[in-house]
Amino acid sequence: MTVTTTPVDNGIDLQFLLDARESLSANPDAADFQWRASCTWVNGTHSHTVVEGFGGLGEEQAHTAASHYDVDHPLCFGSEDHGPTPTEIVLVGLAGCLTAGVAAVAQRRGIQLRSVTATLTGDMSVLGVLGADPDVRNGFSHIAVHFDIDADASPADIAAIVAQSQKRSAVYDILTNPTPVTVTVN
Amino acid sequence: MRTTTVVVVGAGHAGLAMSRRLTERSIDHVVLERGEVGNSWRTERWPGLRLLTPNWQTQLPGRRYDGDDPDGFMTMPEVIGFVETYARAIAAPVHTHTAVSAVRPGRDGYEVVTSGGPWRCAAVVVASGACSVPVVPAAAGGVPPGVASLTPSAYRGTDGLADGGVLVVGASATGVQLAGEIRRSGRPVTLAVGEHVRLPRLYRGRDILSWMDGAGVLDQRYDEVDDIVRARHVRSPQLVGSPERATLDLNSLSAAGVRLVGRLGGISDGVALFSGALPNLCTLADLKMNRLLDALDGWATAAGFDDDLPAPHRFEPTRVGRPPTALDLGRDGIRTIVWACGYRPDHSWLHLPVFDRRGRIRHDGGVVGDAPGVYLLGAPFLRRRRSSFISGAGPDTRELCDHLVALLDGAPLRITPARA
Repeated sequence: MTVTTTPVDNGIDLQFLLDARESLSANPDAADFQWRASCTWVNGTHSHTVVEGFGGLGEEQAHTAASHYDVDHPLCFGSEDHGPTPTEIVLVGLAGCLTAGVAAVAQRRGIQLRSVTATLTGDMSVLGVLGADPDVRNGFSHIAVHFDIDADASPADIAAIVAQSQKRSAVYDILTNPTPVTVTVN
Repeated sequence: MRTTTVVVVGAGHAGLAMSRRLTERSIDHVVLERGEVGNSWRTERWPGLRLLTPNWQTQLPGRRYDGDDPDGFMTMPEVIGFVETYARAIAAPVHTHTAVSAVRPGRDGYEVVTSGGPWRCAAVVVASGACSVPVVPAAAGGVPPGVASLTPSAYRGTDGLADGGVLVVGASATGVQLAGEIRRSGRPVTLAVGEHVRLPRLYRGRDILSWMDGAGVLDQRYDEVDDIVRARHVRSPQLVGSPERATLDLNSLSAAGVRLVGRLGGISDGVALFSGALPNLCTLADLKMNRLLDALDGWATAAGFDDDLPAPHRFEPTRVGRPPTALDLGRDGIRTIVWACGYRPDHSWLHLPVFDRRGRIRHDGGVVGDAPGVYLLGAPFLRRRRSSFISGAGPDTRELCDHLVALLDGAPLRITPARA
């Protein structure tokens, strides 16, 4: 193990997270969060989604600013390509979740990160969404995430950080386990 | 109403160990047992089961294994014999066929309602077992007609199973043992694997539990570990006690033809859905096993054992490939699902305000603070890592008996009334 003279700083406020874990364990109702997105159809396969408010800690919360997402499909789908496909947005969510987890777990384990990059691929036959083959599912057949991490740690310790990040990742869980989804209208 | 100082509920190895401690201190007590001595070992275990701890570790206060196979593993009749002999040797005041239906606050302590009449006592030791009720997940509600649902407590060997495929849900000690046993009967077996603890049976020629015992791992105390909540939720290890001293891990099961899938998420319209997170759980289990082996190697070197042992080595990583995430139970020929998802204790008879919001007894190393004079035994990591093993009863009861004696010597017990 490398002895570092400066304190490990991955930009994670570890004490804040540990305090939150303790106080929310004592007050589990406040731990119930609700994440939200509001989507408006623009034209064709183009839609516009805004993310701003959410619920948590027993009250209404809001991001410091609203975020806007234009979602569309590429030209080869006959669309106008105003933005990424919804499936790519899913990869964005997975990448962001796992990478945040890597930073937090590394901080918790006292490991200084120098660089972290993740490359994601999601394989899918579009015969499913086109309704051309009933035996092909609509969604991904496989997702691969590859991390390149430069850090003051052994390969086994880095592997352990990545494994722990998956274990504690919301989006990884969402993608690997079934979730009940209800859709209503008007 | 009969009175005694201490009522011990349960005449298994833990309750009997406490009885021996109380006798040593000349404390008046009774041990109430709903069936015969060692009832859970007799009635709630499958016939082929053996202890996963080696014989030499089967020891209770004042008694240790004295047979000629210290590295072997006891069958259930042997365990029952060991416990029965122990009960006789210590002359434990056991009342058999006396089921406890309620423990509630009473005058100067507690009132214990039983099928043999009530008892009044100052203290109660809960030693009724940690594995009374098999956990069956909500997914069991989706099992389609024509597929049998079975818990390990009801499992009595492969002869009782329907022909055809078997899905074993859960890959801790019980799950891997049943998957291996059922596979040997020739049936196709699918094993749904969630979080698990991988251990080799032998490492560098010695039993892994002998390693962990020698290196002090089993003696890690509940108030010394980093996160006791997590430590108490660690699954039982993938180990089996067999005459061959064979390793039973996911690789050996795969080699025997068992199909591995991820954690069961649900069953919908006859299709079982499995988590896609299996590769990561296997990576985690491999990493944790290697971390343990690193620590054991370090201990062996420091203790000067390296010259007497084969060189350190590491085991092949778990092979999982890309398991299916959905299986049509009918099309796949699965006729039976075995729920090996762990166990929970049955403390429904304890009418005291001692439970957390998940229904578990709040305790500090077995001392139930919300009901002075009430003690818990046998729970996972109650006071040390070995608490769930037979050999944990000795040190746990020694410390808890000391606590109980100090309490009895002090002020009269004041009991808060049960919540409505």
